Amino acid sequence: MTDALHHRSITAHAAALRAGEYSCEELTRHFLARIEKSERLNSLITVTAEGALAQARDADRALRQNGGGAGALAGIPLVHKDLFCTRGVLTSCGSKMLENFISPYDAHIIEKLGAAGAVSLAKSNMDEFAMGASTETSYYGAARNPWDEARVPGGSSGGSAAAVAAGLAAAATASDTGGSIRQPAAFCSLTGIKPSYGRVSRYGMVAFASSLDQGGVIARSAEDAALLLREISGFDARDATSLREEVPDYPNLLNGGGGGGGSPPLSGMTVGLPKEFFGDGVAEDVAAAAQTAAEQLQKLGAKICEVELPNSAAAVPCYYVLAPAEASSNLARFDGIRYGHRAAKYADLNDFYERTRAEGFGAEVKRRLLVGAFVLAAGYYDAYYIKAQKLRRLIAEDFARAFEKCDILAGPTTPQTAFALGEKLGDPVAMYYSDIFTNAVNLAGLPGISIPAGFDRAGLPVGLQLIGRYLDEASLLRAAHQFQLATDWHLRAPENFS
Amino acid sequence: MNAAKWEAVIGLEVHVQLQTAGKIFAPAANAYGADANTQACALSVALPGTLPVMNREAARLAVRFGLAIGAKINRRSLFARKHYFYPDLPKGYQISQYEHPVVGAGHLEIAEEDDDNNGGGVKRIGITRAHLEEDAGKSLHEDFDGMSGIDLNRAGTPLLEIVSEPDLRSPAEAAAYLRALHALVKYLGVSDGNMQEGSFRCDANVSLRRAGASELGTRAEIKNLNSFRFVEKAIAHEIARQTEILESGGAVAQETRLYDADLDQTRPMRSKEDAHDYRYFPDPDLPPLVLDEEFIEAARADLPELPGARKLRFERDFQLPARDAAKLAFDRGFADYFETATAAGADAKTAANWMLGELSAALNRDGLRIEESPLGGAQLAEILARIADRSISGKSAKEVFQAVWRGEGGVDEIINARGLRQITDDSEIENVVARVVAEHPEQAAQYRAGKQKVFGFFVGRVMQASGGKAEPARVNEMLRRALDSE
Amino acid sequence: MSIDREQIAHIARLARIQTDPAQSDELARDLSRILELAGEMNRFDTDGVAPMSHPHEAELRLRPDSAEPPDEARRDQFQRIAPAARRGLYLAPKVPKLGE
Repeated sequence: MTDALHHRSITAHAAALRAGEYSCEELTRHFLARIEKSERLNSLITVTAEGALAQARDADRALRQNGGGAGALAGIPLVHKDLFCTRGVLTSCGSKMLENFISPYDAHIIEKLGAAGAVSLAKSNMDEFAMGASTETSYYGAARNPWDEARVPGGSSGGSAAAVAAGLAAAATASDTGGSIRQPAAFCSLTGIKPSYGRVSRYGMVAFASSLDQGGVIARSAEDAALLLREISGFDARDATSLREEVPDYPNLLNGGGGGGGSPPLSGMTVGLPKEFFGDGVAEDVAAAAQTAAEQLQKLGAKICEVELPNSAAAVPCYYVLAPAEASSNLARFDGIRYGHRAAKYADLNDFYERTRAEGFGAEVKRRLLVGAFVLAAGYYDAYYIKAQKLRRLIAEDFARAFEKCDILAGPTTPQTAFALGEKLGDPVAMYYSDIFTNAVNLAGLPGISIPAGFDRAGLPVGLQLIGRYLDEASLLRAAHQFQLATDWHLRAPENFS
Repeated sequence: MNAAKWEAVIGLEVHVQLQTAGKIFAPAANAYGADANTQACALSVALPGTLPVMNREAARLAVRFGLAIGAKINRRSLFARKHYFYPDLPKGYQISQYEHPVVGAGHLEIAEEDDDNNGGGVKRIGITRAHLEEDAGKSLHEDFDGMSGIDLNRAGTPLLEIVSEPDLRSPAEAAAYLRALHALVKYLGVSDGNMQEGSFRCDANVSLRRAGASELGTRAEIKNLNSFRFVEKAIAHEIARQTEILESGGAVAQETRLYDADLDQTRPMRSKEDAHDYRYFPDPDLPPLVLDEEFIEAARADLPELPGARKLRFERDFQLPARDAAKLAFDRGFADYFETATAAGADAKTAANWMLGELSAALNRDGLRIEESPLGGAQLAEILARIADRSISGKSAKEVFQAVWRGEGGVDEIINARGLRQITDDSEIENVVARVVAEHPEQAAQYRAGKQKVFGFFVGRVMQASGGKAEPARVNEMLRRALDSE
Repeated sequence: MSIDREQIAHIARLARIQTDPAQSDELARDLSRILELAGEMNRFDTDGVAPMSHPHEAELRLRPDSAEPPDEARRDQFQRIAPAARRGLYLAPKVPKLGE
């Protein structure tokens, strides 16, 4: 438990900044100083100290002049996953391919957070092009887990998670294609939300698998996540899959619903426990923590029921066909001609392409690009790609059926807690299975959140994943917030970074 | 070589650039001739993180075309990604429609080749489909220290690819179809049709089969046909090449060939190391294009009278020969001009003759489109009216036409200024005739002795004496009367 | 399924990625394992199921036709991060002309 400045909630910072307890610049300098001392985590790729201080001073001015009229996130220091394009700043995607890519424009998320007054401290480390579950495939080296530096922080948004867990930023942006927000949030004892597909514009977020990618946030609490989600959500004409839906006022819905007239806060909510999420292969401590968390939800008034997701075992195979297929297409643009890495020596045009891409991409990205080319190639398309698309529908229908019986689903975010650096690097398929409970959510386009739910016997964090109906982030945030009002897992900080 | 033994089977694939302001998936301008890459926006350059958003006008133009060819408009169509690596294809894939095009089967009518003047003989050419896609950029082969220059201004220009059935049987028929299609897309305002600028490009699939056979032979695809003349020549060349192969017992290879206009021959394109495997799949950035009744009906309501219908109306209402009616009706500018002229009172047949003669020649000479003609349809009608009321001769009319064209003034203004008005007053002409005959008794005697040639001498003298203004027909008539009477 | 060197060479060419012959056994092993994983899809019956390519039933949104004017400053900005550009053009290795 810590009440250190760097572990305070965004709400607490916002109040303190408005009250003049400390300035945005002081807060920013505090985080910058911690960043400097925490280089060993390798959670960040680029630190934009000067830009951050300038933004902080702007926020101070806005708060002085405008007080309550200043942006909701005025002066709140954040880090951004290095796949969000940031104007004038390296946007590497953790890849050698983009090690010199200074983006000429800002992603939608960056614009929105900037407009809300947030301060951008740094760009965070990630698995190369978001392909990985450990942040070990980064060209900039592996990031480390602040809870145990010999272990991975998860991935692909491992840098974002490690930075927030270590108190290097108030919160972080992240992206989730198959679990890349929720799994690192679970590994680092944080709250990470992947919104419904289409809720947050993908404009300016470097694409990995376009039908699965969704931007979101990793924060200290559901309350912070709600605040950030409200700012980054909403219609964007530049993304054809962005939804024209009203954005609910998430922070003000955290206590809504049940609870009126003295009834427990989650009364009226039914939580389904998919039996497939509590079966073999889930570590004992993880299953126990998830079970305890479910009981906690019950204590808060929720009804618990068991549900089935009969096709959930198809999620990982299905995902590892569709995601590489889309990736092989999305990453075709990295050809060394308009930006990015270019081979120095080559015989002809084809040789140029092949060398540029062989040099610019790391091993895991190459594996996925080859798998992607394979499953789309003539002769294999039906057996792999079409088959996977059919399974995708079955998986989505499983969820639809489950949601006839319940309002949200709950289960462990990952089958195991954070694994050791290098442990799964030599075995891609083992690595893939660490997203076994998260892949299906992306395939169905649903919102998912991971919240801290305890620790295993080795002291490593366990995450509880809540999955909601399409566009029902509000229920997830409410359940998570009520859970956090009743528990203190999310308030703990790693010893070395308290 | 027995040409009659073989029947040519030809299908055309035509890429038409749509006349939109912006690109198909981005708001960058879609204009020809801008400085290199100044129209290459973030999406055109395929910056990471950029996304396509579909231009409504491109969809509307595709539907407009589809309705004009009587095609089924697919209420739900889908964009797919077609993958290949090439420097002018910045994303490494082209967004195109593959399995589900926006426009389904339709047809286009062309005049039958052996049909000259009597209309009726119309041949219906099937159109299999038309689909939306994006154009690529351009590689400039000029040498930059052993490198090529890439201009992405054109990348993302909306294209409609129009695929015909293999219904065409000769080079001339293929060219006729292409001309009709070209006229139609211009007529509809779907495309500017500018072939020099690449707005209208054609590939041809050509195969031969034994006359009377129903199975198709192996086809070759000929690319790079960027003028009507080249299409005709390239297909003729390809038919001759395939005939020779088949006559000598060989087999035609299925391949893509390139037409070289300079050498007037086709040759195989560089064989790709790996066979094409475009790895199509539905573009996840673009949900299905769903067109509702309202959208389609609005496009339908907005359709102009189509060239075929207009041609028939010109034949029926103006008794124009089929060929003239087609020539006028298939070019919207000509058709509109013609209607203006006839509405202003011009005789239809005369107006058609003038438009296809004097006017077309002047437009060609000055490199103008008919819409830019300095002499409008109403002015043409005015000139024709002056011929009809015998104010000026046909010869003078041409002079008036050119003077109006050059902007020297209005029709009557020029007639008066140049003194081109004919003397149509019979008594005035009669006086001159009498005087001329009286002044030349010797020649009059020769004429009366049977020397008919002398008549021309008298005509010349009378015209001279009248300052060229006497109406020639009247002069002839009165001279005959004067000379023959005595 | 397992994938052999020849198939790897084919897809590597499709994907324009040069492969290191020294690592081809390792690559073949990894790719075979991933495709074996993908093969587990066959344990599930998908007869009569329609493929799903978009995560929700959205329709394409159409934007009004508009055009930004040509923009030299934007071009120059974009080309500052290009590996090679000259006279407003991106430079690429010699592109074979059609028919070459």
